[in-house]
Amino acid sequence: MDTFIQQIINGLVLGSIYALVALGYTMVYGILGLINFAHGEVVMIGALTALTVIKLLANSGLPGIVVVLIGLMAAIPVCMALGFSIERVAYRPLRSAPRLAPLITAIGVSIVLQQCAMIFWGRNYHSFPPILPATGRDIGGAHITDLQIVIVLLAAAIMAGLMLLVNRTRLGRAMRATAENPQIAGLMGVNINAIISATFLIGSALAAVAGVMVSANYSIAHYHMGFILGLKAFTAAVLGGIGNLPGAMLGGVLLGLIESLGAGYIGDLTGGFLGSHYQDVFAFFVLILVLVFRPSGLMGEKVSERA
Amino acid sequence: MRFPVKTISLAVASVFVVFGCGKQEPPPPPKAEQPAAPPPKPTLTVKIGHSAPLTGPQAHLGKDNENGAKLAIDEANAKKLEIGGAIVTFDLVGEDDQADPKQGTTVAQKLIDAKVSGVIGHLNSGTTIPASKLYSDAGIPQISPSATNPKYTQQGFKTAFRVMANDEQQGKVLGDYATKQLAGKNIAIVDDRTAYGQGVADEFEKAAVAGGAKIVAREFTNDKATDFAAILTKIKSKKPDLVMYGGMDAQAGPMAQQLKKLGIKAKMIFADGGCTTEFHKLAGDAAEGHYCSLPGYPLDKMPGGKAFMEKYKAKFNVDIQLYAPYAYDAANVMIDAMKRANSVEPAKYLAELPKTSFDGVTAKITFDERGDVKDGAITLYQAKGGKWDTLETIGGAAPAPAQPAAMSGMGGMGGMGGMTAAPAQPGAMSGMSGMGGMGGMSGMAPAAPTEKK
Repeated sequence: MDTFIQQIINGLVLGSIYALVALGYTMVYGILGLINFAHGEVVMIGALTALTVIKLLANSGLPGIVVVLIGLMAAIPVCMALGFSIERVAYRPLRSAPRLAPLITAIGVSIVLQQCAMIFWGRNYHSFPPILPATGRDIGGAHITDLQIVIVLLAAAIMAGLMLLVNRTRLGRAMRATAENPQIAGLMGVNINAIISATFLIGSALAAVAGVMVSANYSIAHYHMGFILGLKAFTAAVLGGIGNLPGAMLGGVLLGLIESLGAGYIGDLTGGFLGSHYQDVFAFFVLILVLVFRPSGLMGEKVSERA
Repeated sequence: MRFPVKTISLAVASVFVVFGCGKQEPPPPPKAEQPAAPPPKPTLTVKIGHSAPLTGPQAHLGKDNENGAKLAIDEANAKKLEIGGAIVTFDLVGEDDQADPKQGTTVAQKLIDAKVSGVIGHLNSGTTIPASKLYSDAGIPQISPSATNPKYTQQGFKTAFRVMANDEQQGKVLGDYATKQLAGKNIAIVDDRTAYGQGVADEFEKAAVAGGAKIVAREFTNDKATDFAAILTKIKSKKPDLVMYGGMDAQAGPMAQQLKKLGIKAKMIFADGGCTTEFHKLAGDAAEGHYCSLPGYPLDKMPGGKAFMEKYKAKFNVDIQLYAPYAYDAANVMIDAMKRANSVEPAKYLAELPKTSFDGVTAKITFDERGDVKDGAITLYQAKGGKWDTLETIGGAAPAPAQPAAMSGMGGMGGMGGMTAAPAQPGAMSGMSGMGGMGGMSGMAPAAPTEKK
């Protein structure tokens, strides 16, 4: 039983991070109908920027939490600027181009960012300095660190805040209008370009937070960490229904839990025939099943209309 | 150095006139066999290739290897060796393969085109294996100082040799150590599903099971993973007393941290891929107490370790990183085979390489039928206070301390008569005779294990 609870905790922590990243994919898709494949690299840049600042300050005598917060505060504007520039340089000129063109530029931007990060930060793995207290608590025999509690709660708070922003504010209304139909929204006086930029800024800020969470939780960051993470988060967004905010959150948490439980129990369930290296197979198998029976994802709607 | 039996060497050399296909000195293709002319002695330049990453994160290791080979070659040049009747000057052609398999084959072709007589390298298994096919096709002998993937010598290439124990040998030693010295009864195994990781883990499992241990969990990850919480949670439920990991430091480090976070008390044990200073950086204070192994002796236990370190330091004014002694031995083994064959032509001295019995700096080097070093030593380390502490060395042919008789393989070769006749000059023959006799090796810091592959 304690193992089961532990696996649930593992899955929740991983899933919260997936969800934050998935929100970035789903917001951009919802508004532009574009899959921003460079989003995973924004997460990576966020993690490495924060880590660089944190390493600089690690011996400054400041409390660990303050140092991490400063790192996060440094990473957020960098990622926002990056997300803004990506949209401005790579996507906006192609907004009326055929669908394939922005997709290819997105992949191009992703490769460029990854290579730049490799040149700037090197190929080495960077470790997160041990400045955060390693304390934790036991729940029913399972162990959860304070950092993991913070990750889950912070992710939940951010997602709640985002829902409020989209559903209750003027900006959110403009975003929803743009998502519905950019031309008409523009005719109604919504500044489409500003709204799209705002979407990228918000998504990139979330990416920065996710990047810091990943590197703090797994104590490691490197230039190609964004690729797999981005792929998983994109999967989570599709699982939940791409373009749908609650769907991305649900998809993220679900994917985290599936991976965790899959890795933990698949070997026992199949009598050792399949091992934990099938955890990704398991996760993507679930994705295929969902898409076969609900092509628009768990909570998606009207995808066919936009796509 | 004087050759008291110059006449014999001349006589032998004159035999080679029959095969002589000589070229005079400057454009120095390696194949030339000089017709033995009366004085002045003809000279011959022989190119020996070397390949290792000289740029990128492993640049320091690559340069280290190149220096090791260079030291051997400079010493050989200083001795004015006579091979096939000509005074031979060796020329090291150093190339940069960037630890990249694609670049490795490009460099290999470049070396072949430059008509090298032999190749010392490459540093990484990933570059050594694809390059070995090219060398084999060209018939050029290759001695890798540090590639440990078993596949390198299992491809059936007659040209492939290595002077370091391979991963199979290492996995076995780790498995024995885990069950005997560490008294592991319930062992969990994780590997990264790469050729290296899986190979080491499988050999470990065999040896551990043979040693009476129970494998309570066999889990898998990949060489890009950072999250091991799920598999470690499962492992925790099986209550192992040891966790073996087959893979590299980039995963072993974070895994050690997550092990600690989950409150697993069992220690990890892994092979050379994780046995690096990088592991300490990545694992932080969670590194303490874990075990790892590296092929070979620690530098201070090598038969000629101290003397080699001093020579190296004096020549290059830097410290040895990791594999330089192996590169040094590899180059000397190659030169030794050339001397015994009395030829620098690859086709001729290649036949002598399998018969090698050479007292090197790292160990006494003999090859098995595949070209692997026989009885390669494996040393175990434990993480203590941010460093790897040497525990003990297992296996390894006992190095013969300063025994000229160990060079008997050369005795019959007329041209070399002068060498065996001069055991009284250990200094001049430092590359050749066992250096185990040199005392005072204690108190030396072992070369810090660093990243590889």
